[in-house]
Amino acid sequence: MPFDPVILWTDALVYLLAAAAVTMGWYIRRHSHLLTPWRRITHSASGMAAFTILVFFILIGLLDTIHFRPALDNNTGNRDEKVYSVEVLSLFDIIATPLRTRVEKTYSAPLSAHLYAKETVELPSGSQTREFTRLMFGGAHLEDPETQRIGDITKRSIAGAGWGLLAWGVIVIALGMLLARQHHTNFLHMQLTIWRGMTETPWYAILITLGLIFILLGMIIALSSHYYVLGTDKVGQDVLYQSLKSIRTGLVIGTLTTLIMLPFALLLGIAAGYFRGWVDDVIQYTYTTLSSIPSVLLIAAAVLMMQVYIETHPEMFDTVSARADLRLLFLCIILGITSWTGLCRLLRGETLKLREMEYIQAAHAFAVSHWRIISRHILPNLMHIVLIAIVMDFSGLVLAEAVLSYVGVGVDPSMISFGTMINAARLEMAREPMVWWTLLAAFGFMFILVLSANLFADAVQNAFNPRIRTLSERASKSSSRAGNMPQANTSSSSRTISSTAPEIKETAHS
Amino acid sequence: MTPLLEIKQLRTILHTGSEPVRAVDGLGLKIFKGETFALLGESGCGKSMTALSIMRLLPETAEIIEGHIKINGNDLLLLPETAMRKIRGKRISMIFQEPMLSLNPVMTIASQIEEVLRQHFDLHATEIQKRILDILQQVGIPDASRRMADYPFQFSGGMKQRVMIAMALAGQPELLIADEPTTALDVTIQAQVLDLMRELQQRSHMAILLITHDLGVVAEMAHRVAVMYAGEIIETATREDFFRQPAHPYSQKLFAALPTKSKRNQGLAVISGNVPPLSQLFRGCRFADRCDHAWELCRQTAPEWIEITPGHQVKCHLFSESEELNHPVQISAQTTALANSDKVAPHHAAALLHVSDLKIHFPIHKGLLKHIVGYIKAVDGVSLTIAAGKTLALVGESGCGKTTVGKGICQLIPPTTGSVQLDGAELTGLARNQLRKKRAEFQIIFQDPYSSLNPRMRIIDIIEEGMNALDSDHRDKIKPDYQLSSNRTENEIDELLQRVGLPAEAKWRYPHEFSGGQRQRIAIARALAVNPKLLICDEPTSALDVSVQAQILNLLRTLQQSLGLAYLFITHNIAVVEYLADEVAVMYLGKIVEQGHVDEVLNTPKHPYTQALLSSVPVIEATSKRKSIHLKSELPSPANTPSGCYFHPRCPYVMPICHEIYPDKSVFSPTHSAHCYLYAQNQNSV
Repeated sequence: MPFDPVILWTDALVYLLAAAAVTMGWYIRRHSHLLTPWRRITHSASGMAAFTILVFFILIGLLDTIHFRPALDNNTGNRDEKVYSVEVLSLFDIIATPLRTRVEKTYSAPLSAHLYAKETVELPSGSQTREFTRLMFGGAHLEDPETQRIGDITKRSIAGAGWGLLAWGVIVIALGMLLARQHHTNFLHMQLTIWRGMTETPWYAILITLGLIFILLGMIIALSSHYYVLGTDKVGQDVLYQSLKSIRTGLVIGTLTTLIMLPFALLLGIAAGYFRGWVDDVIQYTYTTLSSIPSVLLIAAAVLMMQVYIETHPEMFDTVSARADLRLLFLCIILGITSWTGLCRLLRGETLKLREMEYIQAAHAFAVSHWRIISRHILPNLMHIVLIAIVMDFSGLVLAEAVLSYVGVGVDPSMISFGTMINAARLEMAREPMVWWTLLAAFGFMFILVLSANLFADAVQNAFNPRIRTLSERASKSSSRAGNMPQANTSSSSRTISSTAPEIKETAHS
Repeated sequence: MTPLLEIKQLRTILHTGSEPVRAVDGLGLKIFKGETFALLGESGCGKSMTALSIMRLLPETAEIIEGHIKINGNDLLLLPETAMRKIRGKRISMIFQEPMLSLNPVMTIASQIEEVLRQHFDLHATEIQKRILDILQQVGIPDASRRMADYPFQFSGGMKQRVMIAMALAGQPELLIADEPTTALDVTIQAQVLDLMRELQQRSHMAILLITHDLGVVAEMAHRVAVMYAGEIIETATREDFFRQPAHPYSQKLFAALPTKSKRNQGLAVISGNVPPLSQLFRGCRFADRCDHAWELCRQTAPEWIEITPGHQVKCHLFSESEELNHPVQISAQTTALANSDKVAPHHAAALLHVSDLKIHFPIHKGLLKHIVGYIKAVDGVSLTIAAGKTLALVGESGCGKTTVGKGICQLIPPTTGSVQLDGAELTGLARNQLRKKRAEFQIIFQDPYSSLNPRMRIIDIIEEGMNALDSDHRDKIKPDYQLSSNRTENEIDELLQRVGLPAEAKWRYPHEFSGGQRQRIAIARALAVNPKLLICDEPTSALDVSVQAQILNLLRTLQQSLGLAYLFITHNIAVVEYLADEVAVMYLGKIVEQGHVDEVLNTPKHPYTQALLSSVPVIEATSKRKSIHLKSELPSPANTPSGCYFHPRCPYVMPICHEIYPDKSVFSPTHSAHCYLYAQNQNSV
């Protein structure tokens, strides 16, 4: 075997999470009342555009999760035994090999052909001068960077954008044909409905986002073969590569932390609200105490203790990655343990309200056991809050990681994350001329990730919160007002009427 | 005479689903100065949307697409928003349904009224204060000069509604829109508020647009009546004409669906089907699908206005035919053929439920250590007996503890003291496990069918839950052939659904797909699933429309006859009591003040409270207007009960002794008794 698969702790949990997401999706598909709000999410233009971007991030994150150790050429005498590299690589690393392996001496600006600092160079004549040396890889193919560079960059980016557009066009046509077949209409008519924004799912928004992503991707791919698109850092590593690697760290922190926090919040919140009495008192005092300790201090203390433990037991880890990964996992756990209080309080309040509902009283009248009441009556009616909280917390946690790494109690320094990137770039801001690109790249990527997560969270909240009836419904209505919609669509829209009508009644009633 | 308010061809649509809902569809009406115009209709027919359209206060998702709303000839729909602000509160005012929600809790009532005055009049500060005082005195707020600086939470529900009326009247409007002004209030308070509105109208000659679903309120208040159905008005008449001879089949059905004493032992007329969804386009008459008299023409063309007598118009094809066909349609209630065999049975039937001296007190905690400073005496010594297969109605105003009695009997709230015996077995003080074996014998049906079914469970799961929970031991034994037993349960559920009048396919659906009446049927089916002997019905029809209420009452009646169920029927609706109950217990502040056979209590009420309660109920027969005894003030708090007879602060016949000791039982007949000093005290009682 040319490689040895490695499953780190966080990998296992990410696989578990992905499996859970798939099962949940399958379960929801079979239950119409669960499907309705999800379908409402797919009707939100901003939500779906944000989701498209998120999918790209998640894709990169997942590729970066599949870890293995490549086999080394065995040149010691023993032929049977394979020797694997101590370096753990991911599938993403293999795809991004050129980005990963090209290393310069030190800083270079984005798309530059020279180093950012003057270097003493020995001339063939024996004399020494100080000059900006040419980069080893960036723009190395140019004869005379001064005159050719701009033209070359323009040419390459246009070509890249062209390829991106082409790929996008293929997707548009494929999607158009698929939808046309689904709705039993011809291709041109389908394209017309898509671009006039008359489909129930805002395909135009998804396609425009996709188009932008593809153009950008094409340009980056075309340029990165000969340039450093986002420059290099202090030790000459490609900043683009670092930014892309940071995505996994951010996603893992954002998702695993909620996964760890959820059992605490659910169990304690429901128990407090449902049983009342001394159970409620104990749980309330616990979370009040916990949330009155400054969380950064608590996290810092826990991380430092754990760090000492890891450093005194080096024999537990066979690779550097394993060590860094364990630290990441512990960071998630610590963040999870300190951040369940908010959701717990919310769930306690909602349970207090639900336990007085008449259907719970009716269940009591049937002598249904406590456990069944909690699992069948209370939990399903809390799920919308849980879901909204998870999505809203995600972006907060990504930002929290950056702050903690900046303070120095975040992830392992060998692990690339937005926090470590910002921390490294911090000092260089004071330099003259300023090194701005590391910080900007980290900020930019984090900003896009958090913004799209927030936009998606908004869409989720709108769909799941029955009290929010915004004008966006009006907009979606106007799109389906056109009478010439394909048949399949009208039938599905009539389904949505029948499902929304009782809710309106309910709100009017309450 | 030009009308004060004239609405022509008003169309309001709601953009909610993917198709617009035509909430108001071609409505037209005229209201003259000084008259009360009642807009009558069931929920969801567009009454409130009409009111909000007039005020132009529609929710954002709604829009008026056509029509004119003229007040004294000025079209309101053409005015800019700034001009509209000068009209709202000044020329047209509105009272909302929920007085608790319509007042700002952080402003004193004086400052809330002041806002109205400042908007519409250019007055000096001292003058404003004087005006506020005047208005508050007008609406009968006692000690107004002191109370005007109070906050809304310091007022009771009826007083809040008075404050709302005061606010509405501050601008001296020409038209007052009252959107279900008394629906949230108790009958005794409702009588006070209706009196007040009548009196104010006579004094200031304003017009009132009264929106209600209650025929009784219409009969008491209105000069003219319009019946609304599915977004349009289908009949207008003067009150006298309307109550003498309602013309439209729908109006007639509404009357026939009202439970009354004369309809005892027979089924109530029901209107089949539901109000059609307003998102569709109607071709013919909107009522055609539910009408017994509909024929081809009704489904083809919408009827036009037809004048039967001057001032009495109706939209129905029945009246457009030649004169001879134009006989008033007789309603033949198709369900009248119910067995009326159960004559007043002698009460030697064995007592099924025996409650004696039940007390439920809730402690009031205070302070840091949460020590108990007092008790809310929600139920304070209630004794009652229900015979198998009989109905006992527990009547009283909200807050008197009747629901707590129901829950206490069901052991959903542990009683403080007293005993509840079902078939001779004591229920109080049992552990959860012991109680479980008894649970199947008594079940409860709740008031609100919207909150009594878990929205995330299918009907089959809802019904099955009780069966499984109560027979889990049994089920464990026959586990090998579980498949078989689950088939059996499914058949049982089908049977149950049919019994309550729902199709068997309904079991695969979720509660939100059903209307209120259907949900209540499901709740009944759920309770019946475990074969109870006693059903505690906690206001099962008060959240429902009249026509739906009739369906549920019919169902309960048939079930009683076929299954021999006993009911404890908790209600505040006297008409339902007259229709359904065998015995009545009247409750006041946690105690039963009068108890007896339904005829005895309702025909010859002895206790002053019962008399007042009965006389406050709005009556439809306008001819037989009784002199009503209207109670002063409101129900005292059960945390701080008055000394002696609890009723003495409100009693018109109060005597010195009433202040001191709670009266003993006075027995009038073997079944009829009351607690009041007006009658000879029972010597035998301890």
